[in-house]
Amino acid sequence: MMVEFLLPRNSRVVKGKHFAAPARARNVKTLKVYRWDPDKDDNPRLDSFEVDLDDCGAMVLDALIKIKDETDPTLTFRRSCREGVCGSCAMNIDGVNTLACIKRIEEIKGEVKVYPLPHMEVVKDLVPDLEGAYAQYASIEPWLQTETPAPEGRERLQSTEERERLDGLWECILCFCCSTACPSYWWNGDRFLGPAILLQAYRWIADSRDEATTKRLDALEDPFRLYRCHTIMNCTNTCPKGLNPAKAIAEIKKLISTRR
Amino acid sequence: MSPGSAPPPGSAPQGAGHWWVQRLTAIALVPLTIWFVPSMAMLAGKSHGAVVAWLGAPLNAMLMASLLAVTFTHLWLGLESIIEDYVHAGRRHIGTMIAMKIAVAGMALASFFAVAKIAFGG
Repeated sequence: MMVEFLLPRNSRVVKGKHFAAPARARNVKTLKVYRWDPDKDDNPRLDSFEVDLDDCGAMVLDALIKIKDETDPTLTFRRSCREGVCGSCAMNIDGVNTLACIKRIEEIKGEVKVYPLPHMEVVKDLVPDLEGAYAQYASIEPWLQTETPAPEGRERLQSTEERERLDGLWECILCFCCSTACPSYWWNGDRFLGPAILLQAYRWIADSRDEATTKRLDALEDPFRLYRCHTIMNCTNTCPKGLNPAKAIAEIKKLISTRR
Repeated sequence: MSPGSAPPPGSAPQGAGHWWVQRLTAIALVPLTIWFVPSMAMLAGKSHGAVVAWLGAPLNAMLMASLLAVTFTHLWLGLESIIEDYVHAGRRHIGTMIAMKIAVAGMALASFFAVAKIAFGG
């Protein structure tokens, strides 16, 4: 199938309900939130919620929780740690994939548009289906693999320098902001592994203790799994943790090229 | 790919060569273009005989053949990438790929033939 530039008719987003702020509110911000219910036949819609910022936390997640508590308990989204370490509340806010819990409302001019992560199937409202992405994660075998026996009575040690090679990699929380910002992942997400998974793959390739590098590179050397990356750099631009998946992918390509 | 579905076929280890040659040809195009563009500017408005004489000179003919080889290789690889990106699903993918390769090979063949004909005094 060719790339489609329009959404299918039953996926087009229509205007939704409006929920006004209480009359006493003096610092009102409007959130436009994507809504879709799998149990109804309706098109997705964009509900608008007026939120009193004088009675709300600083982050977009605070506003969403306030809406769910006080206005519409059916609003559905994932959240857990509310401090940017779990990756649950990844969504598209003001046109950029990020974590709702560390995105300040005041940084956004005008209405705050909130959509689920782009180009994934939607389970409900702001909840994307990540099953495929998790299966891709499992496919890179994200655990330490060794041939040699472990040293007697102690763990496998790393030097300070060896450990530093994992900096910028271990911090990834698998929120998939990067993969769902990548056009190559949009068009070929069933075969291209995407920046999140490739950064994770490099995290094990770069680990001095791991002895499966050859096998890992063999598995990645494929026109689709790795080489659909065309260095578009959306991944690095959008990463809410400030990581650089594009660089990790470049390192994998370099390693494959130099072993030829 | 989803959990429970059959595992996809293994990797097709050919992306690396493709990626590497795309970069090599891109780099090679820099000096060749620096030679080509001023040469064309210099030939603008000259007579047919003067252009044929210029292209018939051994160095110019060899540089032109190199430029054509590198350009068409880069074009071939680039179009392959674009089709892999955007044209999915078996038949249409293969059909587009074959049509593209015939077109690029045809253009390359015609270009090399023209240079050879002039260089060897056709």
